Amino acid sequence: MGDFRLGLAIAAGKMSALSIRRLGRGGGTALPGVVSNALDHDILDKLAARVPGGCVVVAGTNGKTTTSRILAEILERSGLGVIHNRSGSNLVRGITAAFTEQVSLSGVPSGQIAVIETDEAALPEIVRRTKPRLIVLLNLFRDQLDRYGELDSIARSWKETLNTLDPSQTILINADDPTLAAISEDSPAQRLSFGFAECQYTLDHLPHAADSAICRRCGASLVYDELYLSHLGDYHCEQCGYQRPALDYGAREIQLHGLDSGELTLGTGDEALHLDASLPGLYNLYNAAGAAATALTLGMPGWVVQSAIGEFKAAFGRIERVEIDNRHLVLVLIKNPTGFNEVLRTLAMSEMVDPVMIVINDLDADGRDVSWLWDVDAEHLAEVEAPLSTAGIRSGDMAVRLKYAGIPESRITPLGDLDTALEQFVESVPEGRTAFILPTYTAMLRLRELLHKRGVVEMFWET
Amino acid sequence: MKLTICWLYGDTMNIYGDRGNVLALAQRARWRGIEAEITTLGVGQELDPDAVDIYFWGGGQDREQIPVSSDIQGEKGTVLRQSLEDGAPMLAVCGGYQLLGTHYHPYGEAQLPGIGFFDAWSEAGPERFIGNVVVDSDRFGSLVGFENHSGLTYLGPSAEALGRVRIGRGNNGQDGKEGCVHKNAVGCYLHGALLPKNPAVTDFLIQAALQRRYDIQELEPLADDLEVIAHAEAIRRAEITR
Repeated sequence: MGDFRLGLAIAAGKMSALSIRRLGRGGGTALPGVVSNALDHDILDKLAARVPGGCVVVAGTNGKTTTSRILAEILERSGLGVIHNRSGSNLVRGITAAFTEQVSLSGVPSGQIAVIETDEAALPEIVRRTKPRLIVLLNLFRDQLDRYGELDSIARSWKETLNTLDPSQTILINADDPTLAAISEDSPAQRLSFGFAECQYTLDHLPHAADSAICRRCGASLVYDELYLSHLGDYHCEQCGYQRPALDYGAREIQLHGLDSGELTLGTGDEALHLDASLPGLYNLYNAAGAAATALTLGMPGWVVQSAIGEFKAAFGRIERVEIDNRHLVLVLIKNPTGFNEVLRTLAMSEMVDPVMIVINDLDADGRDVSWLWDVDAEHLAEVEAPLSTAGIRSGDMAVRLKYAGIPESRITPLGDLDTALEQFVESVPEGRTAFILPTYTAMLRLRELLHKRGVVEMFWET
Repeated sequence: MKLTICWLYGDTMNIYGDRGNVLALAQRARWRGIEAEITTLGVGQELDPDAVDIYFWGGGQDREQIPVSSDIQGEKGTVLRQSLEDGAPMLAVCGGYQLLGTHYHPYGEAQLPGIGFFDAWSEAGPERFIGNVVVDSDRFGSLVGFENHSGLTYLGPSAEALGRVRIGRGNNGQDGKEGCVHKNAVGCYLHGALLPKNPAVTDFLIQAALQRRYDIQELEPLADDLEVIAHAEAIRRAEITR
């Protein structure tokens, strides 16, 4: 017998998605989930249970959109139909909306497997409701300050969730993150790990934005044998002997090629897989390694993993290249201190001299308290010669941050309101040259609107 | 000439961009040709008040405030209090501000004693005050920041407030006051960070330190064009958002 309530909920969700798009109100990514969830509270549980190949949940403060998109690409290229909250709408309602759209009216899923990108705070509910076969945990960083409150409470809720799993389920963790290693230790699920086995790019000390690394077993400070990015590295505890778990998927021969690409080799011996990623920065190599390890765990062929990662285009807003008035603009989303730090570090490492505009907004999705700018190591930019502009609602705050990082005021131009700043900035870039724009989340949305009006980029839900 | 800035409990009480305050003190000293050194003092480490020119004490999560509160009981708290009584300049924000008072009472837990330098006390409140703040101060003019606290602070009869709340909730959401000033110490709930966007407070602390250590009365002025822009922008944001 059919499930009348479920059918009604699916139909209502689909219709509201359609009508939002007709009204031109953006992507229609979350509201359909609200509508269908209201009509059937168990809709997500029911639909997830009907996906024949099961669900894969991807979570982490940074890189979850990129990683889950690479993963979905690999699975699709392997011939699977993939249900995926592709727009990055990653709260319960957005995920419900994605499922509603990707099933028939009678509730038959359009794909064989689901890739669910989930927000940190939503992870427990998503895991409870979708009973994933595989949970991929990428990292846990301090996010903008007034969004979730304490990082500890998220780590605690994740640990509780992992402890409710059963042995048929698998957790794949980035073992370079000591918090993830610690909270997954007691889970009844099978645990696999990935990380950097060897990496020439290291940090001398923990960046300011990183939380102090404490051994979660005994409370002593962790010692890093190698530190790669924020608090990610190869660590051990001198007091109780706790150490990074052995890597099931270790990355070696890691090479960065400026702001264009990077490469790594995953695993050793006959099973070693060389990956060329068309994504810059160590943080993206973690994403590529995580997606590859997930796909291999799911039994996907190595050559498909290689070709999908080699040809992957960055997810909405993460890194995007556009042409405007014969200038090349590179747009890089910044969303928290660690992400911002890594972008600045990548710029500094490539010794770039091209103009940079940083756009800071303080709306809900950006973090209303701009204090977080002071947890960013803007000092990286003191090492490069690039002219720096600031824009957005908090243009002045960013300009002051740059000044106190030791950058001469003559190199800092506060442009204010983004609408006018964009024109001024583009004009300041010599024709034929490259320039970088680093916006926070809502600034990126506005930037895309402005560029769209000039016919420069397609809106993200059309791609 | 050299100034030593001591960041109290900087290894654990360092949330909400507190580093901006320490950077502002150091940079505005350096831009005037004064060497600036930043040190941190943690739990269990002895305080030598003669080696410190300016103190900064930031906020922490409740969990981190407990060991700090016990650390300032006894000798260390007495030395710190005496140093402030002698005129050592300090900025204390949020958790540090609360512990300069007589005590802080967290919700459902034991009272945490402070050092009793401010005639003030604090307790956990039912509501969290979050948002942009503008304060009018007789000493410093307008001050801008971002508050994010559920602790409520009440000033005693001998305490002077830092200023009157123009926009926002302030010490306790009731009496219209924000922060506390006593001798050369300033305490408040303003993040943002406070000092980079409010250079008048930064320069007050540096001036007080130079006077104590080198008997210098005049502070060389700096060009604050960017700071003025950020300050005005923050006032506009407070007007729009609250």
